Amino acid sequence: MCKVKAIKALTLLALLAMLVGTTVYMHDFGSPENAAMDDYFIQNGQAETGSNNIVAAVLFDYRGLDTIGEASVLFAAACAIFLLFRRSEE
Amino acid sequence: MSDEGMSVIVKTVSCVLVVPTVVFGLYVIMHGHLTPGGGFPGGAVMATIVALFLVAYGKDGSRKILKKDCLSAAESIGLLLFAALAFAGISVTFFSNFLANTGNWFGTVIPFGPNPGYLVSGGVLPLMNIAVGIEVFAALSAIMILMFSYSGDDSK
Amino acid sequence: MISIHFVAVALLISLGIYAVVFRRNLIKIVMGISVIGSGVNLFLVSLGYREGGIAPIFTNAPQTAMVLPVPQALTLTSIVIGLAVTALMLSFTIMLYGHWKSLDTRKRRLLE
Repeated sequence: MCKVKAIKALTLLALLAMLVGTTVYMHDFGSPENAAMDDYFIQNGQAETGSNNIVAAVLFDYRGLDTIGEASVLFAAACAIFLLFRRSEE
Repeated sequence: MSDEGMSVIVKTVSCVLVVPTVVFGLYVIMHGHLTPGGGFPGGAVMATIVALFLVAYGKDGSRKILKKDCLSAAESIGLLLFAALAFAGISVTFFSNFLANTGNWFGTVIPFGPNPGYLVSGGVLPLMNIAVGIEVFAALSAIMILMFSYSGDDSK
Repeated sequence: MISIHFVAVALLISLGIYAVVFRRNLIKIVMGISVIGSGVNLFLVSLGYREGGIAPIFTNAPQTAMVLPVPQALTLTSIVIGLAVTALMLSFTIMLYGHWKSLDTRKRRLLE
């Protein structure tokens, strides 16, 4: 039991060290490297969609398929909860 | 287990708070293409009033006010409206913004740069915000009502 | 150069995994999964930050140097999906408590 816990703790520490070590290779905070797509959205989003909120333009126009998947996930979760609690209602 | 809810002061205040909460939620939904917000935060704001009703009126009292079947239907209607708006621009592509830059309904042409914000702009974005707002409000309310109505049933 | 924001992301994710692995209470495990989701959201938002940028909304904007909009949209998606998943997990927890009268995962095995 104690051995298992020690192995788990060591694995967790290794994971933490790995995650913190990865941050060394990240780009500097505040200067993203590949921003061409986002610059296009900022420059042309207003003229193409007529929306001032570029996040809403990306959410509902450029990447609308993501949003419909997300709405479907929420719908499916609500349906699953409906089914789960159905028997206890009567 | 009969659940009477809280005192009459809490019930009255929760009834009074319906109006500002729903108005604020509708404001967040309707201005989703102009200010921070949109369908998801607006629906969540409107769903808080359902949580307040559940706490104030208790399990049995809120069952008379809030109907689960209506919320379930509204959830389906919101998702279907969203999918229908996405399919309405199928002549170009899926999710094409067929109302933008037409000059008429929701089609005000917006040039690049800061502006004070025009409510009838954005093409299908405000309509999609409304559809998603309906769906999120109904889904969150139904989830909260179901989870609240099961809690406390230790006999089953 | 190490940025404190990404270190915070690493700490949040490690904290969530610690809660999932070491805690026995089902509600605490669900909380750990939510903390992992928060860490991922913070990572996405801090990935798209640009120095001196404002939120990408043009209504009365003082300038046009803005942060990246796509990570923010993906974070909005991720928040709603995390909410749905958390609600489903808590519903399962409620049902399991109704069956077992206990939230401890060590007392009863899941496939008993």
